[in-house]
Amino acid sequence: MARIDLDHIRHSYLANPLTDDDFALKEVHHGFAEGGAYALLGPSGCGKTSLLNIISGLVQPSRGRILFDGTDVTHMSTERRNIAQVFQFPVIYDTMSVYDNLAFPLRNRGVPEADISRRVNETLEIIGLAERARNRARGLTADLKQKISLGRGLVRSDVNAILFDEPLTVIDPHMKWQLRSQLKELHKRFGYTMVYVTHDQTEALTFADTVVVMFEGQIVQIGTPAELFERPSHTFVGYFIGSPGMNVLPVTLDGAVARLGSRSIDLPGAAIPAAGAKTELGVRPEYVRIGASGLPMQVRAVEDIGRHKIVRGSIEGCELAAIVPEGEGIPADPHVSFDPRGINIYADSWRLEPRA
Amino acid sequence: MERTLNNKAWFLVLPVLVLVAFSAIIPLMTVVNYSVQDTFGNNQFFWAGLDWFEDVLGSDRFWNALGRNLIFSAIILAIEVPLGIYIALNMPKKGWGVPVCLVLMALPLLIPWNVVGTIWQVFGRVDIGLLGRTLTALGIDYNYVQDPLDAWVTIIVMDVWHWTSLVVLLCYAGLVSIPDAYYQAAKIDGASRWSVFRFIQLPKMGRVLLIAVLLRFMDSFMIYTEPFVVTGGGPGNETTFLSIDLVKMAIGQFDVGPAAAMSLVYFLIVLSLSWVFYTVMTNQGQETGK
Amino acid sequence: MLELKNITRIVGAETHIDNVSLRLERGTLNVLLGPTLSGKTSLMRLMAGLDKPTSGSITFDGTDVTGVPPQKRDVAMVFQQFINYPTMTVYENIASPMRVAGASRQAIDAAVQRAAALMKLTPYLERMPLNLSGGQQQRCALARAIVKNAGLVLLDEPLANLDYKLREELRAELPRIFAEAGTIFVYATTEPSEALLLAGNTATLSQGRVTQFGPTIEVFRRPDDLITAQTFSDPPLNTIAMHKAAGQFRLEGGVAFPAPAALGEVPDGHYTIGFQPHHLGLARTSPEALALQTRVTAMEITGSESFVHLGFADASWVMLTPGVQEFAVGQQLEVFLDPRLLLVFDSHGRAVTAPGRLAA
Repeated sequence: MARIDLDHIRHSYLANPLTDDDFALKEVHHGFAEGGAYALLGPSGCGKTSLLNIISGLVQPSRGRILFDGTDVTHMSTERRNIAQVFQFPVIYDTMSVYDNLAFPLRNRGVPEADISRRVNETLEIIGLAERARNRARGLTADLKQKISLGRGLVRSDVNAILFDEPLTVIDPHMKWQLRSQLKELHKRFGYTMVYVTHDQTEALTFADTVVVMFEGQIVQIGTPAELFERPSHTFVGYFIGSPGMNVLPVTLDGAVARLGSRSIDLPGAAIPAAGAKTELGVRPEYVRIGASGLPMQVRAVEDIGRHKIVRGSIEGCELAAIVPEGEGIPADPHVSFDPRGINIYADSWRLEPRA
Repeated sequence: MERTLNNKAWFLVLPVLVLVAFSAIIPLMTVVNYSVQDTFGNNQFFWAGLDWFEDVLGSDRFWNALGRNLIFSAIILAIEVPLGIYIALNMPKKGWGVPVCLVLMALPLLIPWNVVGTIWQVFGRVDIGLLGRTLTALGIDYNYVQDPLDAWVTIIVMDVWHWTSLVVLLCYAGLVSIPDAYYQAAKIDGASRWSVFRFIQLPKMGRVLLIAVLLRFMDSFMIYTEPFVVTGGGPGNETTFLSIDLVKMAIGQFDVGPAAAMSLVYFLIVLSLSWVFYTVMTNQGQETGK
Repeated sequence: MLELKNITRIVGAETHIDNVSLRLERGTLNVLLGPTLSGKTSLMRLMAGLDKPTSGSITFDGTDVTGVPPQKRDVAMVFQQFINYPTMTVYENIASPMRVAGASRQAIDAAVQRAAALMKLTPYLERMPLNLSGGQQQRCALARAIVKNAGLVLLDEPLANLDYKLREELRAELPRIFAEAGTIFVYATTEPSEALLLAGNTATLSQGRVTQFGPTIEVFRRPDDLITAQTFSDPPLNTIAMHKAAGQFRLEGGVAFPAPAALGEVPDGHYTIGFQPHHLGLARTSPEALALQTRVTAMEITGSESFVHLGFADASWVMLTPGVQEFAVGQQLEVFLDPRLLLVFDSHGRAVTAPGRLAA
C-alpha cells in the first residue's frame, strides 16, 4: 500500500493544448493517504476516468508529476506501478478457469507455483468463489465475473492501490449491496488504498471515507459524505449530490436576512458577498419543512416513493422540492420554512462562510 | 424468429432459387446421371451401375491427385493462417494508416483468378519474366516449367499473395472488436505480448478464424485456375490436382462417366472435410470459450 | 388495451416466460420490475411481436395479434443502447417513422417540433445524433418513439446507460410525457426506486413469472408474496423466521411479543416476517414498538441518510435512517420496529396478512 500524490496534474488529449478549455483535467493537486478509501464523483466528461488512468499509468499526464510514497512514477509503466484496476465491464480471460484467472498476474510475475496456490486459494476465500475455482470463468454471471476482476487485483499482496472504474455498472441493484459491503469489509480488513470512480452518488458516498467531487476537469470539493451533504462548497455539489438535489433560489442579501421576491428568510448568520456577485440561497429538500406557516407554496406534484414523498412545486415563482417522511400528510394550503441548519449562501456559485 | 414475418420475402428470394437450380442443382443431377451411365457418343447411354466409382477409387491417378490436393491445402493453411494473423496483429488500429492498410490488403482480392495466374505465369518466366530473370541472374536455378519443386513454390507463393489478405481482413475485424479494457487489464496483470495474444486476442478471434480457415480450406482444396494457367498441371503430373484431372478427363478425353463419378467423390470429400473442420473447431470453441 | 393470456415462451430447455397474463389499459404506464434475466426483455419482445409465444394469446384492442410481425403492429420500442440513424440529423431521426407512414410535410413538421420541445431537443434538431451527449441521444430515440404515435410504446431500461443525475431528471420528466401521449407505455427496469418514481402500475417479475401486478405503491406496500417484496426492495428487504403460538410472535433469536392486532388473524405456525429497512429506527415512535438488540456490522453514510448494517441472531439487516449516524462496527445497538408494519409470509412465501398502515 502506498500514499499517492498528484502534483499539479494537468492533462489534455490534444497535442498542443493552449487555453484552459483544451484541458480535460485543468489542474489537480491532491494526495491520497495510504489505506484511505476515496471516491472520484462527477458527471461523464468531468475527467474522473482520465485521472484514474493517470494514476494507473494507462494515460501519461501532459503536465505535472505523480508520486507513490514520494517516488516519482510519472513515466513508469503500468506493470511496474503495481496497481490493480477493476473496470466498468468485467474483464476475464474466457479460456481460463476461475483459479487460473486469479493465478495469471502471479504467473506473469514469475511467482513460484506453491506460493501461487496459497495466495489464490486465500483470495478465492475472500471473494467467496472457492467452490467455483475449477469452473470456466466464461459461464459466470456479471457479478461473479466482476469479483474475479477484483480477485486478480487482491491476489497480489503487494499492490500499491486498487482502482475501480464504475465497477457496479452492470450489476443488479441487489447484488450491488452485497458487493459494496464486501468491498468495504475488504478495505477494513486489509487497509488497501482504494480509489473508486463513479457518477452514482450513492455508490460514492457509501463506499468512500473521502469523496472528491469533480466538475469540468476540476476538483470542486473534497470532503466526507456529511460535509458534502450539509455544506456543499459549490452549487454544483449541492445539485449533484442528493436526490433530488439542493434547491437553489436567487436571493438578495441584507445582513442576516435573505430576500426572495417579496418575502424574507432569516439566515443563521450574516454573509457578505463581493460587490456585484450573483447571490443564491441553497437548501436541500430534506431541510424544507411543509406546514401551516412560512412562505406559501404552489404544489405541482407529489411523488410517493415508499419511504418518503417528494413534493414538487414553487415559491415566489422559483422551483422547489421538499421531502416529507412516510406517514405525514400535506396541508391543504401548504407553506414552507427552512431548517436554519440546512441553509447555505452562495456568491457566484461558491459558498460563503457565514459570520456569527 | 421461428416464423417468416413477411411472405413477400419469398418472392425476393425466388430469382436466386431459380438461378441456383439452373447453375447447381440441375447440373448436379446431370452429373449423378452420367456417373452411372456409359456412352459412346451419339447420345446413346448404357447403364453402368457403380463401375465408374470402382474404377475411380481403384485408380492411382485419383489417389495421387487427392494426395496433392491435401498437401497443397495443408501448406496453404499452414502459411496463410499464421501469416494472416501476424499481419492483422501488426496493422494499425486507428489513424490514417487504417484505410491505407485496408485498401492495400483488399487489392489482391479484387483481381480475378485467371489474371493472377497470367500475371505470375509471365512474372516467373525465365526468358522474359522479372522474377524468373532476377532469380536466374542471382544464380538460383529456377524454372517452374521443368522443376516440380519450383512449380509448387510458384503456385503456393501465388496463392499466398492472392489470399492471405482474406485471412488478414477477417482477423483484423475480430481484433478491433476487443474492448480496450482487456488490453489495459492485461497490462495491469503484467501479461507478456504472447500471453495477450494467447489469452485475449486468440480467443476473441476464434469465430472469425473459424470462418477464415473454412473458406481457405474449401477454396484451396478446389484450386483450379492458377495451376491451370501457370503450369497446366505439369511438369508431368506434378501439379495435377483433382480439379485439373477432372477437366482433363471430361473435356480432354471425353470420359464423361468416370469424370462424373470422380466429381461426385470429390464433392463428397469437400463436403465431409468441411463438416469435420467445422464440428471440430466449433466444439473446441465450446470448450475453450467463444 | 393490450391483453396477454397465459403466455408461455420456451426456448430449448429453458422457460423464458412462464404462464403470464396481463391486461394493460390505454393511457397507463406499466413498469416491469425484476432483476436481470427475470424475463423483462423476453416479455417485451413478445409484446412487440419480435418473438412468438410457445402458447397463449396476445390481443390488442380486441384483435388477436399473436404471431403478427412487429411491422404490422402498432408498436414503438426504445432500447437500453441509444439507437438512432447515425447519418440523419436529429430532425430526420424524429421524423422518420412519419415519413415511413407517408404523412404530409406540415404534419411531420408539427409533430417533430412538438416532440422536440417535449424532449428539450429543439436547439439540436440540425445536429447529428453522434455529436450529442448520451442523454440527448436517448431523448432523440424517445422522441422518435413518441412521434410514431403508436398504441404501445415499449421502453427497455432506457435510462440504464445514462449518468445518475441525467437519469433522475429524465425520470422526473417521463411521467408527464407519458400522461400527455395517452398510449400504453411499458417500462422495464431493475431498480425499485425507478418504479416508485415513475408510479403508474408495476408488474414484478421473477424467473419468467409475473408475481404481482397492480398500482405501483400498492405492490410496494402490500406485496402478495415474499419474492415480490424482495424484488421490490432496495436496500434488500429485511427478513427473519418467526413462530406463532399462543397469541405470541416469537422471532428467531428469542424475542417474543403479542401478535399485533393490526395484522389480523394469523394461524399458529412457522412464518417468515419481512420489513423495509426504513421501518427500523433509533427511537421508539409508538408504544407498541419492539426494542431489538442488534450488532453493527457495517456503516454506509450518504450524508442525507445512513445505512446501518445490523446482525440480529443469524439474520443480517439494513437500517435506513435519516441524517449522519456514526456507530462503531461491532458495537451493540438497540433499534426499534413497529410490529404493525410487519409483512408475514407463510412457508410457501405467500403473504398471510396485509400490513396495517399508519395514517398515509
